Amino acid sequence: MKIIACIKQVPDSEAKVKVTENGQVTWGDAPLVINPFDEYAVEGALQQKEANGGTVTALCIGPESAREALKHALAMGADEAVLVSDPALNDIDSVGAARVLAAAIVKIGGADMVMFGRQTLDNGAGVTPPQTARVLGWPMLGWVGQIKVDAGSVTVERVLEEGRQTVKANLPAVLSIVQSIGEPRYPSFMGIRKASKAEIPVWSLGDLGMSAPAAAVKRIEISNPPVRETVCEIITGETPEAIADALAEKILAEKIL
Amino acid sequence: MLGAGVDAAAQAAFEYGADEVIVVDDASLADYRAEPFASTLSALASSSTPDLILFPTTARTRELSAMCAVDLNSGVLTDVSALSVDGDKVTVTRPIYEGKVLEKAVCEARPQLITLRGRAFPKPARESGRAGALTKAEAKADAKSTVEGYSATEAAVNIGDAAVIVSGGRGVSNNPALGLDEKATAQKGFELIGELASLLGGAVGASRAAVDGGYITYAHQVGQTGKVVAPDLYIACGISGAIQHLVGMRNAKLIVAINKDAEAPIFTQARYGVVGDLFVFVPALTAALRKRLGK
Ligand SMILES: Cc1cc2nc3c(=O)[nH]c(=O)nc-3n(C[C@H](O)[C@H](O)[C@H](O)COP(=O)(O)OP(=O)(O)OC[C@H]3O[C@@H](n4cnc5c(N)ncnc54)[C@H](O)[C@@H]3O)c2cc1C
Repeated sequence: MKIIACIKQVPDSEAKVKVTENGQVTWGDAPLVINPFDEYAVEGALQQKEANGGTVTALCIGPESAREALKHALAMGADEAVLVSDPALNDIDSVGAARVLAAAIVKIGGADMVMFGRQTLDNGAGVTPPQTARVLGWPMLGWVGQIKVDAGSVTVERVLEEGRQTVKANLPAVLSIVQSIGEPRYPSFMGIRKASKAEIPVWSLGDLGMSAPAAAVKRIEISNPPVRETVCEIITGETPEAIADALAEKILAEKIL
Repeated sequence: MLGAGVDAAAQAAFEYGADEVIVVDDASLADYRAEPFASTLSALASSSTPDLILFPTTARTRELSAMCAVDLNSGVLTDVSALSVDGDKVTVTRPIYEGKVLEKAVCEARPQLITLRGRAFPKPARESGRAGALTKAEAKADAKSTVEGYSATEAAVNIGDAAVIVSGGRGVSNNPALGLDEKATAQKGFELIGELASLLGGAVGASRAAVDGGYITYAHQVGQTGKVVAPDLYIACGISGAIQHLVGMRNAKLIVAINKDAEAPIFTQARYGVVGDLFVFVPALTAALRKRLGK
């Protein structure tokens, strides 16, 4: 079983991300981490390797610094890691990213399963997994919480908003993984040592035999959300009923009900 | 309108203002799967060349719109909270970095594919009996997977569309006075929350702690790994207000929090707060609102 886990590096959830005066996104000195949703993809990949044998390769598009996210995947137990890095990739959109990932997956030598997290914390779109599946022409199994592989096919349980769907597809397939897969394991001491010594090849677009895909989607401006008046009025009173009465009065006065 | 047996839905689309409804009614589309839906929609878009294809934002449409963008050599903008149209140029606003930053973006290819956040626009008034042109189209068989089973967690839950959400957190399981175990206490807590929600015609939400505790199903989860919601009124009961929860609800117009802990971060987002026990204040608030609303 050959599994590729696609990951991204993002600012930590706790980071105070904002837009600076010259229109750049900044998160100060907050740490960059592996996208938390992608940790579930790595966990899912490692579980399948344990169940069926094989290898897990972590794959990332990003700047040189994204090596750290790949090292996290290696420390969790991935066997290999590949970074695709090229200045020409700065302005690609999600379809472009999917084309680059698909080319890298082919160069790695293909896979039985490619696993993603369900979305990233930075862009938040959740579209790269299905787009990569589409470029590869493989089945897309999204929002997967359980995986069972059996003789060339995979049966998954998809955790949807309104229910759980069991779906079967032939391999190779692309999966996006959600938290029901189980808590991502912590990097082990041995894993961290292995990761610190690992050679991570860096592929340019030239190595993939392609040029940067033109972006259909273009960002034209970023801004900070309007500051919200967050003064909280704590309602007090003699009795719970009096407090509830006062609160009901306030809510109704807002004229939204 | 893609699916099997979708006549009633097609009629509803006319009543909400559609001029034309293209219906693809096919048994192969009875169960949603990404590939046949995407292939059918992409084929339709190629032949009818729309400028813009809009979807609501759901797990399925993120997938569907994304795949069509590849097929149609275009791009997709998801979870859009506002859009402005200038001639044939559509500029969207969408939250990125979990809502900490707003992005304005355009799609330069055609058709433009956009998924809209729930309640990004007011719902149009329904004009019953309104009619329009109904066109039939063919499905494109492209099944790459088979559905083996389905279990609905709760068909009726749609927190994404609700104008009022009353949410419960881990606090619903904390009422020693009841003398019940954790789950039975939580069930009581969510009953109180459900009563308030239904009085206000709203939906019940939950924090991840409540979902992970098994007090309520995942369909109710608000937040980073649940649903991002934008109701007019959000009442958070026994929820501390972790950042992963806040990103899911801080766009609510009015936020009210009931929490025992005056220091809980939820109060930094709330307009009105009550420091106290939800088991006392939720029923009291329900009674007070019921009286005032004359229900
Ligand atoms: C990757 C990741 C993703 C996550 N995604 C989400 C998500 O989508 N949604 C989400 O909600 N969380 C999410 N979380 C979890 C989040 O970090 C918090 O753990 C969670 O929101 C806490 O839920 P809570 O507020 O109900 O529980 P707690 O933090 O335990 O808070 C319970 C609150 O209830 C109050 N309380 C207790 N008893 C009572 C009572 N009787 N009356 C009134 N108040 C009472 C307490 O004072 C406390 O403030 C995520 C975490 C991670 C790491």
